[in-house]
Amino acid sequence: MPVPLFSFEQVVLEAEGTRILDGVDADLPDGGVTCLVGPSGSGKSSMLRLCNRLEAPTAGIVRFRGDDVADLDPQQHRRRVGMVFQRPTPFPGTVRDNLLVARPGADDEVLAAALERAALPARFLDRVADDLSGGEAQRMCLARTLVTEPEVLLMDEPTSALDAVATDELECLAREAVDHHGIPVVWVSHDLAQVARIADTRFLVDEGRVRRG
Amino acid sequence: MGDGAIGWGGLVASMLLVLVAVGLSAWRRLGLERTILWACGRAMAQLLLVGYALAALVEDDAPVPLAWAWVAGMVVFAAVTVRRRTPEVPAAFRLALVATGSSAALSLAVVFGFGVYDAVPRAIVPIAGMMVGNSISGTVTASRRVIAELSDHRAEVEARLALGLPWPEASRRFVRAALRTALMSQVESTKAVGLVFLPGAMTGLILAGADPVDAVLVQAAVMFLILGCVATNATIVGLGLTRRLFTADHRLVRLPRTTA
Repeated sequence: MPVPLFSFEQVVLEAEGTRILDGVDADLPDGGVTCLVGPSGSGKSSMLRLCNRLEAPTAGIVRFRGDDVADLDPQQHRRRVGMVFQRPTPFPGTVRDNLLVARPGADDEVLAAALERAALPARFLDRVADDLSGGEAQRMCLARTLVTEPEVLLMDEPTSALDAVATDELECLAREAVDHHGIPVVWVSHDLAQVARIADTRFLVDEGRVRRG
Repeated sequence: MGDGAIGWGGLVASMLLVLVAVGLSAWRRLGLERTILWACGRAMAQLLLVGYALAALVEDDAPVPLAWAWVAGMVVFAAVTVRRRTPEVPAAFRLALVATGSSAALSLAVVFGFGVYDAVPRAIVPIAGMMVGNSISGTVTASRRVIAELSDHRAEVEARLALGLPWPEASRRFVRAALRTALMSQVESTKAVGLVFLPGAMTGLILAGADPVDAVLVQAAVMFLILGCVATNATIVGLGLTRRLFTADHRLVRLPRTTA
């Protein structure tokens, strides 16, 4: 039996007296696009944050390819497990400055290659990040994540603030990461139509519990 | 009156202005009449108490250790005040105690180490009082702003953490902004001094009959000390608090709401 990408073993997550995840057991496959789907507040984004270790479980274990995430060096782990957030978070400065935060000292060739994987031309390196449109900014954030050469992509409702065209572009890029670069993608969404378009595997998250859909 | 003393009659006359404040509050229905009277009464009682204590402390033959004990008491009281004013800040008392103690020690070391004043009770107590007193607002502002900045920019901080950056790098920009805000009011006061207002020490010396130029020199020295003290204080609190807001595995904790 192949080792799962992420395993959740009896994972409980509580915050400020509220139980967000309630004894979750799930094995996310190491390949393709895995969608975590559920209504707002169901705990699906929290699962992604646990994968990137922006959260730590109150109880239970989260494993990455068999290793307890709590035993891994957090900074190295986060570079292996890249994350794109719900809303674009451009840092001050140009696109180049943004990418250099993720990979200090990288030359323009490396940065341009990352932009290309996010369907942005190299000339964007000199653009001011705050001036980008929503779709461009989100793709720049994807490039910023890809420039660290992650083994996995975690995408937390990355199209929720985008229009239909930008959404379509980002979905294609996720598929490209899987098909052309062999990077598994875990994608959180509340949009069932989107899940039908992109998911190879889906998990339903509701009221802090998870089941395979 | 030439010696600067105003006497009880002068004090009573100055209280007419308190009545003006009370009258304005009543006229505009601000509901602050009792608060104003209580604040003034309390200030008067505190100052008289301190005045009588200081009278014993600043005698020429007063023991120096007693003056340092007084300073230590002021530092502790400042930390208690900071904790009371910032209940949302984790470990506020300890942070304020370390920051105020360190900045007071630094500024007093400069004053007495370089011989600006002799280390006698008459100099130790009032100078330390000015340092510690002025540090309180800087400490409160710095701690509130650090929490507010990290809370307002949580998404950007976490985006940096998610790229594998350590917490000091992920938070640097926001902590810098918080410290700038905390220091700017002191810097602005320093810039405006003499043009917009005449500060307390200088006013007091002039009223007491000192040469205005001598008063200016004293005031300038005090002002620079306060600026250095507030900067040290805010920096220690800002960095110490930021460390507490991140876990050992570089996660930003859930942040309390602030009034900053």
